[in-house]
Amino acid sequence: MKAVITVIGRDKVGIIATVSVACSGFGVNIVDISQTVLDGYFAMIMLVELGGMKESSFLEFSAALKKIGEENAVDIRVMHEDIFNSMHRI
Amino acid sequence: MLNIQDVLETVRMIREENLDVRTVTMGISLFDCVSDDRARLESKIYDKLTKTAERLVPVAEEIEAEYGIPIVNKRISVTPLSLVAPGASSEDFVRLAEVLQRASSSLGVNFIGGYSAFVQKGMTRGAEALIASIPEALAVTENVCSSVNVASTKAGINMDAVLLMGQIVKETSLRTADRDSLGCAKLVVFANMPEDNPFMAGAVHGIGEPDSVINVGVSGPGVVAAAVREAGNCDFSTLAETVKRIAFKITRVGQLVATEAAKRLGVPYGIVDLSLAPTPAAGDSVAEILENMGLERCGTHGTTAALALLNDAVKKGGVMASGHVGGLSGAFIPVSEDRGMIDAVKAGTLSLQKLEAMTAVCSVGLDMIAVPGDTTAETIAGIIADEISIGVVNNKTTAVRLIPVAGKGVGEVANFGGLLGYAPIMDLKAESCATFVNRGGRIPAPIHSLRN
Repeated sequence: MKAVITVIGRDKVGIIATVSVACSGFGVNIVDISQTVLDGYFAMIMLVELGGMKESSFLEFSAALKKIGEENAVDIRVMHEDIFNSMHRI
Repeated sequence: MLNIQDVLETVRMIREENLDVRTVTMGISLFDCVSDDRARLESKIYDKLTKTAERLVPVAEEIEAEYGIPIVNKRISVTPLSLVAPGASSEDFVRLAEVLQRASSSLGVNFIGGYSAFVQKGMTRGAEALIASIPEALAVTENVCSSVNVASTKAGINMDAVLLMGQIVKETSLRTADRDSLGCAKLVVFANMPEDNPFMAGAVHGIGEPDSVINVGVSGPGVVAAAVREAGNCDFSTLAETVKRIAFKITRVGQLVATEAAKRLGVPYGIVDLSLAPTPAAGDSVAEILENMGLERCGTHGTTAALALLNDAVKKGGVMASGHVGGLSGAFIPVSEDRGMIDAVKAGTLSLQKLEAMTAVCSVGLDMIAVPGDTTAETIAGIIADEISIGVVNNKTTAVRLIPVAGKGVGEVANFGGLLGYAPIMDLKAESCATFVNRGGRIPAPIHSLRN
């Protein structure tokens, strides 16, 4: 399954690196990455493939990223890609 | 790759505009629990509910986490109990309500609906016993919701049942006087009651439904309000188009959750209910949408037209996003559960008369309206009769969930807590309708019920 990681907040040096390291720690492969600045806020989205994830579950991965977000004062969410596909594609 | 703006739009809807799925409701048939042995009936119902819905809450939580969309309520609706225990006494029915409560507590669902009867043409003994037991049942349980269908376009209005429900609402108010008459918030009187509605207090699992089913109610007034605000001072066609587009997106999330929940639970997917359901939280208000359309305050002139446009556009956008649409499917206008409605009542702009007019163009009816505790049963029956007539004549669902707040009067506030919110107590007419509602019998079905 593929998921989308969104990181939204004030730009912070090294945040992409931190999230990428976490992904690699869980065996999560980054498929695509894109970023923009929105109303002065930094917004990054990452499409990831969870198929190769080690024993840990989606929930553990999602909780780990949420914690990184809290530590860095940014909002990080991991969401199944289907919610975006359903909403924005017919 | 997904478009970054689309992804950010979805995240913004959830983060800032209170987008959620309001309820995943599992409908469960209790017909196979029927038994003339009271203890056996009770144990069969408890076992069926706890077995069938065992994984409902964990599965809904799993979907919430994976898709990042809050699912606010997990609920159960059952076969109308008056049909499951047609020979039961009122005391037996109260015991069954306690069984439903125990099952609901053990499953962790927040409401269970189906303490219900259909009496649009007349009452069976079972329906009569169930209705008589409602005040006690709602006083001794927390999560059990009750509904009574007193009219339909096909059958007309059972005015004996309307008067009786006036008395039952009054008794329920007194039985829960210590909690601002909270019992009445769990009791709704219907015309043309849908049998697949996932929303409380009116959810039941109708007789034509499968053994179990998943129905989903979407939400999203905050998202629509934001879209209408952003659309600015456009003309009505553009405004309707804006609402349709956003309703499509909201409903697609509901559809995704419904099919996913049904698949994971191994239960058929029933319907998605397209209702816009507000909460008392800031930015989650249907009144705010209407105000963003250009009304200084909800309830002023133009409100009914604005609501008609909203309701129609939500359906048009939603229907294409969903495989099966059902339930109530329309904007809700409950007073106590909508911050903008509460403010409009407090300001004196929104009156009971205007609310009644608004229900002619949306779902569902006079909902969560607090009235003085000394309101008579006859006056409550008159209010029910008026609202029910709108549904019967216009071939739509209408309902009344009125709370005569024991010990409180106009100008005071009733607090129900949580999603049920709080409500300023509204003024009613002083003149009596007692002679009218006491006539007895039925108001005949309207001529356009004869469609065959």
